[in-house]
Amino acid sequence: MNMIVCCKQVLDPEAAPSTFKLDAANNRMVQPPEIKPVVNPYDEQAVEAALRIKDKDKTQKVTVISLGNNLVRDVVKKPLSMGADELILLEDPAFEGGDSFAVATALAAAIKKVGQFDIIFCGRQESEWDDGQVGSGIAEILGIPSVTVAKKVEVIDGGKLRVERVIADGYQVVEVSTPCLITVSNEIGEARYATLKGIMAASKKQPIVWKPADIGVDKAGAAARKSKIVKLFQPVKEGKCDIVSADSPAEAGALLAAKLRENKVI
Amino acid sequence: MADNKGILVVGEVMEGKLLPITAELLGAGKKLAGELGETLSCILISDKVGDAAKAAIVAGADKVYVTEDPQLKDYSNDTYMQVMEKAVKDLSPRIVIMGQTPVGRDLAPRLAFRLGVSATMDCLELAIDPASKLMNCTRPVYGGNARAVFTSEGIPQIATVRTKAATPNAPDPGKAGEVIPFTVAIDAGKVKAKVLQTVKEEVAGIKLEDASAVVSGGRGMGGPEPFTKELAELAKILKGAVGASRPPCDNKWVADSIQVGLTGKIIAPELYIAVGISGSSQHMSGCSGSKCIVAINKDPEANIFKEARFGVVGDWKVVLPAFTTKVKELVQ
Repeated sequence: MNMIVCCKQVLDPEAAPSTFKLDAANNRMVQPPEIKPVVNPYDEQAVEAALRIKDKDKTQKVTVISLGNNLVRDVVKKPLSMGADELILLEDPAFEGGDSFAVATALAAAIKKVGQFDIIFCGRQESEWDDGQVGSGIAEILGIPSVTVAKKVEVIDGGKLRVERVIADGYQVVEVSTPCLITVSNEIGEARYATLKGIMAASKKQPIVWKPADIGVDKAGAAARKSKIVKLFQPVKEGKCDIVSADSPAEAGALLAAKLRENKVI
Repeated sequence: MADNKGILVVGEVMEGKLLPITAELLGAGKKLAGELGETLSCILISDKVGDAAKAAIVAGADKVYVTEDPQLKDYSNDTYMQVMEKAVKDLSPRIVIMGQTPVGRDLAPRLAFRLGVSATMDCLELAIDPASKLMNCTRPVYGGNARAVFTSEGIPQIATVRTKAATPNAPDPGKAGEVIPFTVAIDAGKVKAKVLQTVKEEVAGIKLEDASAVVSGGRGMGGPEPFTKELAELAKILKGAVGASRPPCDNKWVADSIQVGLTGKIIAPELYIAVGISGSSQHMSGCSGSKCIVAINKDPEANIFKEARFGVVGDWKVVLPAFTTKVKELVQ
């Protein structure tokens, strides 16, 4: 089975909210240089889903594709150090500033160029624009079925998959034929750590780099957008917390209850 | 598609009942329809729609299109796309809106990509630009650390709306409206992803989404026990429900179904008590609509204190029992 996982390098979503600054000229947020970017956490979990299938049969191949510009090598190589086999970078200034349409179009073109695939994995959404469209978009462009927000993916007989899809009060059990696309949710559980052996192996692997012309897209990034950003802004937070303090934490707890009653909250 | 007119709401029906998100979408849709001077329609797709069609009219729809088929009982994009593709073609709406739900977040992007237009996901606010007549969609980005207003020129414009973000219209039982059967022959041959089973993970007591008070625990709880003891006790006294931020769910301390946050449930109770929760943006996205947020956390720098109305800095193990005892005394 050939598996492809799409991974995005993002600003660190776990960093304190105060580290996010507005770059109004470019309609994006930035973080100070000391905060290193990361692989989008949902995408790491998508790598995990693929590796769990590979764990059962080592002959299966996992190829990771990342799109962007100025990608930090030891960040985008993390899936390799977790156990993925190959890394393709769609890296070019022209890929910058795309929306879900631009990104899905480029990724689908790259996947077509890879040629052989049975399962494409994506994270359920990325942590910058939180759009959650790219996976479905790739499936639509390639004309293959998609199951989104999966918490479990297993290969069953006849090249089919059994997928558990998270819904409001539980999950759906879905059987899907391959080739197909699956988006993975955090319910799948934590992604594995990179092993020392994995990091050594990854450091020796050279990623394949493709430009827009290599995958046959004439418009990429900002030029390929379907949506326009009218405005990007940071909402002002009032931040008026009434901190209740007393001689001891227990007294503060009791005082908090009294305060809630006073303000008719309880 | 210069002739496209009107707003089409993709409603959701469960066991013959209109889900609350549909009334919220009809609230958002009525505002858009008013700004454009056009009609507000709603399509209901299910195995049996029943009285939900009338309920959609009471909630503000001028026209309700009903598509019923046993194959539409469980959501699958392979079947629902067949309905929506025909609906957009035959009804030519200017705008299509859906809920940011397991249905809408899957269906909207597939529909947008098939039609070659843009979808804007998880919106908090929709408005019409009077000059261009195009919809502007405001949505949180960067995990709630910023907001963006998007627009697009491809028609129909498609958007999904976050649950609890829009206000339903006041129910109007006397409202005139038309229920129109919208028949689509579902081609079973196109179904590649088949729903075999739907498993419900029922949580005992009041549902998180319906509770007026929610007591949530975070990473600081340290394990599963406090969720069934201290937090559950307080929730019971307040006649509320227990929730959690993402770390307790990822650590399997509690069921995934009680996760509050961007990737869990989005709730807006009267009272939200956050215990041992740092207040990450992804968590706040799920509870920032609460009327009153109360925080108990030992870290005075925790982001939750920037979001809360009342708070105590201290170890929950000491603060919470005293708080609960006093609450019990006051509410009884």
